[in-house]
Amino acid sequence: MAFDKDVLDELAISPAEYELIIKRLGREPNHLELGLFGSLWSEHCGYKHSKPLLKLFASDNPRLLVNPGEENAGVIDIGDGYAIVFKIESHNHPSAIEPYQGAATGIGGIVRDIFAMGARPIALLNSLRFGPLSHERNKYLFDGVVSGISGYGNCIGVPNIGGEVVFAECYSGNPLVNAMCIGLLRVDELVKATSGSSGNLLILAGSGTGKDGIHGASGLASRSFEYERELRPTVQVGNPFLEKILIESCLEVAKSGKIDGMQDLGAAGLTSASVECAASGLTGIEIDIDLVPRRDDDMSPYEVMLSETQERMLISVKPENAESVKEIFDRWDIDNSVIGKVTATNSVHIVSGTQLLADLPVGLLTDPPQYVIDSVTPPYLEQLQNYDLNNINVPDTSPNMVLMRLLSTSNLTCRQSVYQRYDHQVQTNTVIPPGSDGSLIRIKGTEKGIAASTDGNGRLAYLDPYVGGQIAVAEACRNVSCTGAEPIALTNCLNFGNPEKPEVYFQLENCVKGMADASTKFSTPVISGNVSLYNETQNTPIYPTPVVGAVGLTENVRNYVDMSFKNDDDVVLLLGASEVVCDVDYLAGSEYLEIFHDLIAGQPSIDLEKEISVQKLCRDLIQYDLLKSAHDCSEGGLAIAIAESCIKGEIGFKGEFETRGRWDVQLFGEQQSRIVISVKKGNVAEVMRFCTDYQVEVLNLGKVGGERLYVPELLDVSVAEISEAWMVGV
Amino acid sequence: MKFGVVVFPGTWSEVDCYTVLDEVFNVSVEYVWHKETDLSTYDCIILPGGFSYGDYLRCGAIARFSPVMESLIKFARSGGLVFGICNGFQILCEAGLLPGVLVRNDHLEFRCQWTDLRVDNISTPFSARANPGQVISVPISHGEGNYFAPHETLREIENNGQVIFRYSAPNGDMAIVNNPNGSINNIAGVINQEGNVLGMMPHPERCCDSLLGGTDGKLIFGSVVDYLWKKT
Repeated sequence: MAFDKDVLDELAISPAEYELIIKRLGREPNHLELGLFGSLWSEHCGYKHSKPLLKLFASDNPRLLVNPGEENAGVIDIGDGYAIVFKIESHNHPSAIEPYQGAATGIGGIVRDIFAMGARPIALLNSLRFGPLSHERNKYLFDGVVSGISGYGNCIGVPNIGGEVVFAECYSGNPLVNAMCIGLLRVDELVKATSGSSGNLLILAGSGTGKDGIHGASGLASRSFEYERELRPTVQVGNPFLEKILIESCLEVAKSGKIDGMQDLGAAGLTSASVECAASGLTGIEIDIDLVPRRDDDMSPYEVMLSETQERMLISVKPENAESVKEIFDRWDIDNSVIGKVTATNSVHIVSGTQLLADLPVGLLTDPPQYVIDSVTPPYLEQLQNYDLNNINVPDTSPNMVLMRLLSTSNLTCRQSVYQRYDHQVQTNTVIPPGSDGSLIRIKGTEKGIAASTDGNGRLAYLDPYVGGQIAVAEACRNVSCTGAEPIALTNCLNFGNPEKPEVYFQLENCVKGMADASTKFSTPVISGNVSLYNETQNTPIYPTPVVGAVGLTENVRNYVDMSFKNDDDVVLLLGASEVVCDVDYLAGSEYLEIFHDLIAGQPSIDLEKEISVQKLCRDLIQYDLLKSAHDCSEGGLAIAIAESCIKGEIGFKGEFETRGRWDVQLFGEQQSRIVISVKKGNVAEVMRFCTDYQVEVLNLGKVGGERLYVPELLDVSVAEISEAWMVGV
Repeated sequence: MKFGVVVFPGTWSEVDCYTVLDEVFNVSVEYVWHKETDLSTYDCIILPGGFSYGDYLRCGAIARFSPVMESLIKFARSGGLVFGICNGFQILCEAGLLPGVLVRNDHLEFRCQWTDLRVDNISTPFSARANPGQVISVPISHGEGNYFAPHETLREIENNGQVIFRYSAPNGDMAIVNNPNGSINNIAGVINQEGNVLGMMPHPERCCDSLLGGTDGKLIFGSVVDYLWKKT
């Protein structure tokens, strides 16, 4: 063997994979060639452990103009000649090492994925997980990540319209930083990530290539790591100003119609961008290393090809169009150079002038081995799922105190201190800003609106990966439906531990099945996604954490509601239930159970048919202008949902529903598929008729009004008090 | 009447400003590239928000050397209306067209939120549609909007009535709690002594449509439009 284990380890290539490379290639690769394999066969680029599972995701829908498999993301038709693309991506490992730059470049990367398709980025969202902030290290990571998102995102002029921040011990030292971007384009302006035809020139535009981020894809994202300091040079540094002018220049180039393909340089840099273009265009490529502009003089070809320097884009043009494309970049002061050409060889040739440095078949690089692990049910599952929740005592304290305490806990308290650091209004489209269930933006020049939400409950997926996967999809869609928009497509980010462990693979496999089944039932195709594996420290995996980004469409953006109660005497109803539950099973995986009983146990459940009817009813009621507010009843249960609607509306609630059985379950149980709505008195009869027609259960909860949140015999607190408890913030 | 909206590399609210002028006020408006040197055909130049040249050195410090700035100074001296919003305000201060400077918010964080502004001088082309002491709601979105001026300058601009907008309570009272960034005397917007160059940190272009949560920004753009109609 020409390379010792240290070299292979650095590239995360196993000895068996090395043997496979030699066998398929028919010779030993040289060091540069091995580097190309290491990058493209990494988990991050090659999806070795997840590809067979990802095929389960539905990608069949009349709205799909381009299938997800063909491009960076699927393209969804929203009518009137417009389409949207969107994608969520993780930057967990870089953020664990250098939180500011890790998060910042996470934003940069996902935004480039979107404008590489010719779409203008119109919204950002994110989904973040940290360990408890009582630990200094977690606090450092949290502050760094939020600052990084703020510092980069605010500079590029794309509103950050929503997201979530969740805290749990399992994310200590291994935060999750998932960033999502939505782009808007005219259907006829889609740009493909292809090399185009043989003879085309390859232009590299943007930043000069430096030594930053080498082995990011193979080393950082594709294995667990313990010695973080050693890995610091593998984290890239972002330049949001350059990204901003790259956005403008690339969109102008795309609009000019003078280019055949465009691909951003992300993980594995020039290597993956060029090889993926070639694979998609069914061509070969030749790159002359000497022509790549550098920030650093003494870079080896290996370093140039594997550098993950940010803010770069690869463009394929016909020779006769090269000059006009160059003019556009020059006007924006974006450095650009022809670095190679498209060939008819089906091979990747890396040359230095006349010297051939690497010669590999494209097909070999893009066809990594795929692994299906025999999964093993994790031993903890049976014990936790069968835990008899009747053993839990009703707390000795008053329901008022429980409510106040829950409102101020890290997972339920107000997130304003986070999202006010993100520009959520630039582009002047934001109708529902961050802080409601789903966010909503208008599409200028139309009456349409786009709603979006990111959601994922790791604790529930931990208790039941399959059901947890279903719930992640259901909740993200429910948040969107609560604005009045119809969920039309999904993206997801699968954050898991080391898939080579059979118990972790079990979580991944079942969670994907749950998500896939739910997306099929909801008719919401999964148009893009990302897998982040090896999320563990000290050998302990994180909760299996599926994060779903749901995007919805409304044809009339002016018909929307948010979560806040509005006027005295509006009637408050609960959709999806005919009584307030007291079945102790609904405490499974609840916030209340963890906070007050230090317990994560139980069997989560969801009825997808019911979920779909409840959501459709809610949307239709909003579109018929029958609702004043709608709020998803999820983490924290019914009492928290009502309290949030009171706090946001600065108005009270007077309960009139019947209470019986355990009050802790009634108030804080987390039964799925429930939405708290408020309705003008005169419209109640009509809303009830809708419920009957849609066969959705409904319960009269009480009335909006006064200055207190009151539920007979259980709760009686002033809105000012609960507001103060909730405003504690993170 | 023609408006020009300057585009520096890194500007991001040029479209927001353009849209308001074009769609809400139906007036003629064009983008002005930062390399442009002739502004003689415009009646009002807007320097919009963003991060010109990345603002890595100091906000607006590089933009002030842009080719367009030389002609902008001439344009201002000849009485043309200049309106700097957010980064535009920072650039005008750096260029010496407005007194004072904008430094980092006192809490050191970026802030995007609604603020209430008391209009303290209505005898300007930018505020004539307001009532004396009227309070308007306009969002801010900045990390360096903390207005500062030395004692002498401050006294001068206060005495001259050059402070047009101040962060205030909804009823117009001035309190620290209503000051989102630590600005001295709660200053959110100032005008030059001649009364034709205004800079403000809040974004009026973000509140000219009820769908976006408010329409008070129309009062400011509308004042400019009124002024230019009368002039022509």
